[in-house]
Amino acid sequence: MLILGIDTATQQVGCAIGGHEGVLAAFQASKGRRHAETLVPAIQFLCAQTRIELSEIGAIAVDVGPGLFTGLRVGVATAKAMASALRVPMVGVTSLDLLAFEVRWSPRRIVSVVDARRGEVFYAFYRQVPGGVQRLSDMRCGSPEELCSEIQATGEEVLAVGDGALRYRECLDDLTRVEVEDASLAYPSPAALVQLAHARALREDFVNAWDLQPVYLRKADAEINWQTR
Amino acid sequence: MTTILGIETSCDETAAAVVRDGRVVLSSVVSSQIDIHARFGGVVPEIASRAHVELLTPVIAEALVEAGVDETGIDAVACTVGPGLIGSLLVGVSAAKALALVWDVPFVGVNHLEAHFVAAFLEEPELEPPIVVLLVSGGHTMLVEVSEIGKYRVIGSTIDDAAGEAFDKVARFLGLGYPGGPAIDREAMAGDPNAIRFPRAMMDSGYDFSFSGVKTSVINHVRKNPEVVTADVCASFQEAVVDVLVTKARRAAKELGAKGMALAGGVAANSVLRERLLDACTDDGLHGFLPSRAMCTDNAAMIAATGYYRLRDDGPTPLDVGADPNLRLAIFT
Ligand SMILES: [Zn+2]
Repeated sequence: MLILGIDTATQQVGCAIGGHEGVLAAFQASKGRRHAETLVPAIQFLCAQTRIELSEIGAIAVDVGPGLFTGLRVGVATAKAMASALRVPMVGVTSLDLLAFEVRWSPRRIVSVVDARRGEVFYAFYRQVPGGVQRLSDMRCGSPEELCSEIQATGEEVLAVGDGALRYRECLDDLTRVEVEDASLAYPSPAALVQLAHARALREDFVNAWDLQPVYLRKADAEINWQTR
Repeated sequence: MTTILGIETSCDETAAAVVRDGRVVLSSVVSSQIDIHARFGGVVPEIASRAHVELLTPVIAEALVEAGVDETGIDAVACTVGPGLIGSLLVGVSAAKALALVWDVPFVGVNHLEAHFVAAFLEEPELEPPIVVLLVSGGHTMLVEVSEIGKYRVIGSTIDDAAGEAFDKVARFLGLGYPGGPAIDREAMAGDPNAIRFPRAMMDSGYDFSFSGVKTSVINHVRKNPEVVTADVCASFQEAVVDVLVTKARRAAKELGAKGMALAGGVAANSVLRERLLDACTDDGLHGFLPSRAMCTDNAAMIAATGYYRLRDDGPTPLDVGADPNLRLAIFT
């Protein structure tokens, strides 16, 4: 089954096409942040280069976040519309899972960290398992200090990956037993999205376009203010 | 025959519609978020954007089913690209471009304001240009000359608050809730429109409007006279706003030799404004058009209809466009 993967949850716009033969083509641009302008032409480009017709796509995979809300919604809205127009199922994968998957070779405890802006990060802990990674904690939104104290509480060697880890690397570098993965793996990989989604598709672990929702992990400000007044 | 799917997500209505040849509405589905935003006293952009993501897929599906067409019957996808809330706009634009891509049909980006002018002709095919359209909503107050469908010129607009914004602010001050327009309209029914003489700003000068003064004057009056009857305040405030709107529209129609006048936008649902504009048309021998309540508020039928004219005149919009929250009206004369 051919899968089209879409990822716009961070600063990066990415898409990829792949299936049982592996990843056939991928596009990534992490500067500019013109998600809505870039995404559809990038998908057209991938299809043209691989000579794959959209009608051959059997499932749409999308990075459901957490991430930057406006960009995230561009990918999710595009993916939902494409899936419903093509009448194919969807696979939603979180940005944090994608980041951890890229460093699955590491025997250390992995923490994926996405920059949430406003001095906060989205993060979750993982460990290596055969064929991939397993999430060990809930996905959380918190300050870099909270992240650091959680890392310390593990008492283990930790590999931190993601644009959030790079942004707050000073705070992470102060900790012993922590390494921050370099910038080449700072954003979720659309190729990894297709690989992970393909494995899920084989298990028929699908969601339909009507039910797929982004993972925000943070309420809208107005709701936060409403609850605390 | 050209059948267009229209999508509208510029503010707090999630809407999709199917319109044939810019005139025949095959379906028009609107999912309003008013209830979601009511407790905050206004539209919260982040909450609106989230709701659009949730609602848009089923709303589009419903519009297609109701129209009795499947994707092979859609010739183009039109969508509002501005003006509006950027996060909300992007949800619709992303979905519209994706559908155009999958169905291999043109994508057409539509200016939301232009769609409000086209709405009149969509509902009233006998309406003949040139006409003067008075667009009054929460975000806009403008007088527009439409010389033919798709050709228009803005002749006046608000220099401060939009009329709808003034209604919302006064309603909030009086504790009447949100949205303010219908609340004041209702309350005013029991009041005397001549009880208090609120100012009519810029009444005799040009076609621009100003509503921040009348809003301030209402607030000051109520603070100074706490015993005043709320119904009288509402009726008198509404009277002042409507008086300015109708007087200017009427003068514009006369000066431009228009054959008719039409209302557009959310505030066009106001009962006194409707009555006054129609009276003025009768007096002046003009064709008056009042949109239905469904056509006053944001909907996608007007987007699909506008998409038809834009596709006909300008061709498809490239797929690398985004949304523009401050999109201006192109002037066609
Ligand atoms: Zn509108």
